[in-house]
Amino acid sequence: MSMRLSISDLGCSRSGRRVLNKVNLVAESGEVIALRGANGSGKTTLLRILAGLLPFSTGSVQFGKVDLGRDPDGFAENVAYAGHADAIKLQLTVEENLAFWAAVFDTNNLAAALSAFDLAAIADRPAHACSAGQKRRVGLARLALISSRRLWLLDEPTVSLDTTARGQLHAAIHEHCDNGGSVIVATHIPIDLPNVREKTLTPPSEAFAHHSPLRDPFLEDF
Amino acid sequence: MKGALAILLRELRLALRTGGGAGQGLAFFIVFVLLVPFGSGPEPERLEAIGPGALWLAALLASLLSLDRLFHNDHEDGTLDILATSPMPLEGLVAIKGLAHWLTTGLPLIGLAPVLAIALYLPLEAFGTLALSLALGTPGLSFLGTIGGAVTVGLRRGGLLLSILVLPLFVPTLIFGARAVANAAAGQDPTPALLLLGGVTLFVLALAPFAAAAALKVNMR
Repeated sequence: MSMRLSISDLGCSRSGRRVLNKVNLVAESGEVIALRGANGSGKTTLLRILAGLLPFSTGSVQFGKVDLGRDPDGFAENVAYAGHADAIKLQLTVEENLAFWAAVFDTNNLAAALSAFDLAAIADRPAHACSAGQKRRVGLARLALISSRRLWLLDEPTVSLDTTARGQLHAAIHEHCDNGGSVIVATHIPIDLPNVREKTLTPPSEAFAHHSPLRDPFLEDF
Repeated sequence: MKGALAILLRELRLALRTGGGAGQGLAFFIVFVLLVPFGSGPEPERLEAIGPGALWLAALLASLLSLDRLFHNDHEDGTLDILATSPMPLEGLVAIKGLAHWLTTGLPLIGLAPVLAIALYLPLEAFGTLALSLALGTPGLSFLGTIGGAVTVGLRRGGLLLSILVLPLFVPTLIFGARAVANAAAGQDPTPALLLLGGVTLFVLALAPFAAAAALKVNMR
């Protein structure tokens, strides 16, 4: 079944300031969207909205037949999000961290996830003894755990990865797309895959700032 | 179900490993109770009078101690974001967090309190009531704490605000808990106070997961 992500006129205001303005984007299944744009152009905001972690103020988002505004829980079932933070506990070992996420997401492909990012050798190492790149690989291995989720949202996944690990990430993305998934990745480095489309976000101009200020009851009548 | 168990086990594991908060509340409780005779004077009559209140106050402050880390760490390292996109509802997450907090701070106090009560000349016939009142009251403290922890989750130094928010909510539990023990120590019937204490806890157990989950949703934005 083909699942298409379509974003139309998506806008987001935070504290009365526009942080995202009229984003239009379509991602077919099997496609990688590389989000580009200067710092502060709303890449992280867009990804967090899609992950259901931020509310949006205008526009609509659909994935297949599911509408993010109407059925946020149903939408979240399709989404795998990897943000700036790796979501790992430093006191636990690499394997304990991944086993935890495997149990939470109710999957049992722990071994596949460990091997996808070459973590088997450091599986019993406490995460606090891992380097930044190794921690990032543990964070990304979570995606391999829940690869059944169709839409991957990656926020700067290549930070502190070496070339080998980047290759592993590319391979994981490639495999995910081959299985009919879509990937939206915010990154500044070129992605060496055949089915990549670029989408550049521009920072919303200040002219829009006062169009739809967030209603703040505390600011009224003062 | 599998996910709920995994979160509970992880919470316990993190609390018991180095840097966890499990021993902290316990140590605080012991130090507090053992210092009371030095502060008030060691006369048995005086210690008998303030014993129930002091024991309950120590339990209350001990469970307050580790509350600010309840959601803060998970928020900081991104775990909360991923849990929010997982099949586990936030209400369930809050309930598990509250349970784990009680298991690591409230539950050990129930066993420890009667031992320390000896130092405060608590009459032997009140020991059972002391343990029972703590068993009934401390789950309420942990779950009230989840609300405070969730409201202050985004703040860098949320501990102060958390104490101010949560301490007034602890008052009914403190009053009924200390009253039950004092009644038992004076040879009176502690049942009414115990029932009210249990009632407060049940009310909190029912309400807190929804209140804390709502606060988390707002704070994650």
